[in-house]
Amino acid sequence: MLLDPRGPRFAAALTTVVLAVALVTGSGWLVLAQAVVFALTAVHPRLGPYGLLFRALVAPRLAPPAELEPVAPVRFAQLVGLAFAAVGAAGWLAGVPLLGLVATAAALAAAFLNAAFGLCLGCEGYLAVRRLTGHPLTARVPVPPR
Amino acid sequence: MQPPRLTGVLVLVAVLAAATAFGWWRRRRDGRLRAVSPAAAPHRAALAALGVRPGAVTLVQFSAPVCAPCRAARRVLEDVAGRLDGVTLLEVGVEEHLDRARELDVWRTPTVLLVDGDGRIVRRAAGVPDRDDLLAALAPLAAGARA
Repeated sequence: MLLDPRGPRFAAALTTVVLAVALVTGSGWLVLAQAVVFALTAVHPRLGPYGLLFRALVAPRLAPPAELEPVAPVRFAQLVGLAFAAVGAAGWLAGVPLLGLVATAAALAAAFLNAAFGLCLGCEGYLAVRRLTGHPLTARVPVPPR
Repeated sequence: MQPPRLTGVLVLVAVLAAATAFGWWRRRRDGRLRAVSPAAAPHRAALAALGVRPGAVTLVQFSAPVCAPCRAARRVLEDVAGRLDGVTLLEVGVEEHLDRARELDVWRTPTVLLVDGDGRIVRRAAGVPDRDDLLAALAPLAAGARA
């Protein structure tokens, strides 16, 4: 599956706004809503809520995309965002505002870097995490013979 | 239960400022070709295991399935290899070669290694390398490989 790369970029911009509002208002529910958006987008990157908005409102006003991008990096980024947003929402809703603040701030930084610079922090950190955890994380890596 | 709004505003401003600074810094450094000290003989075995053949100038690109800029890097490499004789491309999936990525000190995808005919890494870049920089770095090596 291939995506118009401007779709995820638009989604990252919306995510930045939502998380900024959540940070200022300290709304755990808003962070939770963003976590749900991350989860839906991870399941189907083209049909996530922000992706649908992009397709309905933004894409028709733009020229057709000059190139498409693979879906795997986008999906991975959504899962990283989901992890941070889930921790942030849990922190605020469970009465640990410091945890909520830190996790939401981290998710905001990643979303902003993606929107403003096209930089996918989760994707960049993927190999570093794999190296540090030491073992292959995916089931597709062949098991060495014993 | 909720933190004071002022805290949220301050954190917001700090995060956006820090992320902007990081983004600019990163954009300036991304893909820059770095010279590598030639005393990298221990890497020869790792490179050979990846399929780098002795005698050929090789561009080794480490890629990952979650890496969006890897496609752009591959386009640059293919373009460069098409302009020079005797330059071989080798794209390596980090999924399959995590140990080699460790041995060769690869932390990010895409990472591009320029390997000369003697099997030494002479340049490396993390990020999408600039086409002209790559051509300039390769031209003397490729000529040497043909001679």
